[in-house]
Amino acid sequence: MILAAGGINNSIVVVVLASAVVYGTPLLYAALGELLAERAGVLNLGVEGMMLVGAVMGFWAVQRIGNLALSIAVAALAGAAMALIHAFLVVTLRANQIVSGLALTIFAGAAGLSSYLGNDLNLADQPARHAFAAVFPHSWQTTPVIGPILLQQTWLVYASWVCVALVALYLNRTRLGLNVRAVGESPAAADAMGIDVTRYRYLHTIAGGAFAGVGGATFSLAITPSWVDGLTSGAGWIAIALVIFAFWRPTLCLVGAYFFGAFSGLPFTLQSRGVTIAPELTQALPYVMTIVVLVLVSSAGARRRLGAPGALGTPYVREER
Amino acid sequence: MIRIERRLEQPRWLTIAVPIGSVVVAVGVMTIVLLVTHHPPGHTFRRLVDAAFVGQDDLNNTFVSATPLVFTGLCAAIAFRMQLFNIGGEGQLYAGAIVGAAAGLVLGNHSGWLSVPAMIAAGAAGGAALALIPALLRAFLATNEIITSLMLNYVAALVLDYLIFDSQSYWRDTSSATAKVFPQGKNLPAAANWPAAHLGGIVLPFGFLVAVVLAVLLWVLYSRTRFGFEVQVIGDSPRAASYAGMRTRRKVLAVMGLSGALAGIGGASQDGDFRHTLDPRGLSAAGYGYAGIVIAALGRYNPFAVVVIAFLIGGLQNAGYTLQGADFPSGLVGVMQGLILFCALGGELLIRYRLRLPRRRRVEAAEVVA
Repeated sequence: MILAAGGINNSIVVVVLASAVVYGTPLLYAALGELLAERAGVLNLGVEGMMLVGAVMGFWAVQRIGNLALSIAVAALAGAAMALIHAFLVVTLRANQIVSGLALTIFAGAAGLSSYLGNDLNLADQPARHAFAAVFPHSWQTTPVIGPILLQQTWLVYASWVCVALVALYLNRTRLGLNVRAVGESPAAADAMGIDVTRYRYLHTIAGGAFAGVGGATFSLAITPSWVDGLTSGAGWIAIALVIFAFWRPTLCLVGAYFFGAFSGLPFTLQSRGVTIAPELTQALPYVMTIVVLVLVSSAGARRRLGAPGALGTPYVREER
Repeated sequence: MIRIERRLEQPRWLTIAVPIGSVVVAVGVMTIVLLVTHHPPGHTFRRLVDAAFVGQDDLNNTFVSATPLVFTGLCAAIAFRMQLFNIGGEGQLYAGAIVGAAAGLVLGNHSGWLSVPAMIAAGAAGGAALALIPALLRAFLATNEIITSLMLNYVAALVLDYLIFDSQSYWRDTSSATAKVFPQGKNLPAAANWPAAHLGGIVLPFGFLVAVVLAVLLWVLYSRTRFGFEVQVIGDSPRAASYAGMRTRRKVLAVMGLSGALAGIGGASQDGDFRHTLDPRGLSAAGYGYAGIVIAALGRYNPFAVVVIAFLIGGLQNAGYTLQGADFPSGLVGVMQGLILFCALGGELLIRYRLRLPRRRRVEAAEVVA
């Protein structure tokens, strides 16, 4: 493929950036979803589980129905259904958000529902009937630099850019988005303004699950394309880190996702060129950097300026505020 | 709509009824899932219980599975009591396993009387050291400990991989024939293998006994000392605690350190009791740390309840491993654990709040008027 183009397209920077976009895309979807939930004040640590269920159901749909767009819809629905459990527990039943999110990952994740479904539907060791392929013709893909990085991608990548723009516009330029931020920042004040806190939290948690489902399906329908147990291998947790890394901003999520994506692909690219570097070193960087960023933004002033939702992780009970 | 009101007193019977009810409801839901997916529920559950708790070998394996879960369960329970959400038990267990294995390798030529306590101390130190990172950040820079401790799980897992797979570290076996084909840790010397207690045919791992003793000590610490009282107050109301002059910062460091140490001893017990080497794949595949949080929550952060529930969940996990195969639905164990926890989380509402149907109240009001 790109190797044939030779020259600059074969340079390490281009190869790393191209793989950054590929591996960053599932992170981007999942992080956008988590961002929506967190902006409404709901921390959902079940991203990994929701992604895995999205991955397995998306793959099932493509084997059954064969239509890729429909399969993505199925994956989104599956993720949303998982998120609904979390929403019910933490919004209606006021359960601890951390425990509920972890429970969701155990329930839905590898060795949970996703592997139950995958094995029960006999999805392992099957080649995908359809998979997302590059959108643009081959001749475009050999364009220097932007060819491999931008023009060789699938619809899922381009759709993710649209999603980033839509989420950013929604949160920053619409009345509804303003309400969401109010709910996440100060549910009591939002309630006094007549905003239905419960409904906003439900809807955004569920939307977050749908995005996570699509992120999972990005693995099973585009990157691998197949299903194995636990195929996201921790991407859901990176997505949670990414939201903080991006200061709860959709556009920064895009940058962060590719940045993290680059680090997860880097060691393999380097290895193929005879540079041996322990993959753990580059793989650990996103986590360490997230901690550093978190420390930098954790002074109260910085938190407010940078957008950490004030009521993140706390249930809202009207009578007890 | 049903009205939800806060209870002034939490009835004691509910704290026992809710976990039992959770299991019952989870089994009920699972039965439906099994029926829908054409698995015979009765047969499946019988196999599950058989493989977990019936027969000596199965029980012994359940103790093996339960031992790390008691440690990580206690780790989560004592921190969560103070509303300190240490979800880094996973990483702290790895850290304990790394440092504990080092102690075992260094001191293994001495007698077990020296090397076993040294491994416990080393494991505790390793786990505590890792836990102190989020603790210090939380205490002095107000950084949220949830995410930092979570991130450190991954860092610790990668360090573990690095030591065995991608470096010539002290822990790695570089001489034996198998190690040349597949990278593995050095085997611990015999003196570093922890003893086990034999009761009839039941083998109780030394780590399990240590965990039970620690659970008792923690119960005393939390219910009979000033330290425990202050931790409880800080957890319930940080503002009241600071008005009363309690030193929150110190408590954060102490509780996180203790919490990490518990998980760390669990890691050392993995080396000494069961694996006899530093085993990255085995440790990270098991997910002990996350399961520990679930166990702590199910036990409502009570140390004794943690021991009991760790044993039950350990049985479930052990059965999951044993029954892995074509004819047993895979993933069943995770689904069961999740369902039980969901129900318990929902049931928590019943313990803390009272549900009232407004219709009955209206009738009462009418009677008063009449």
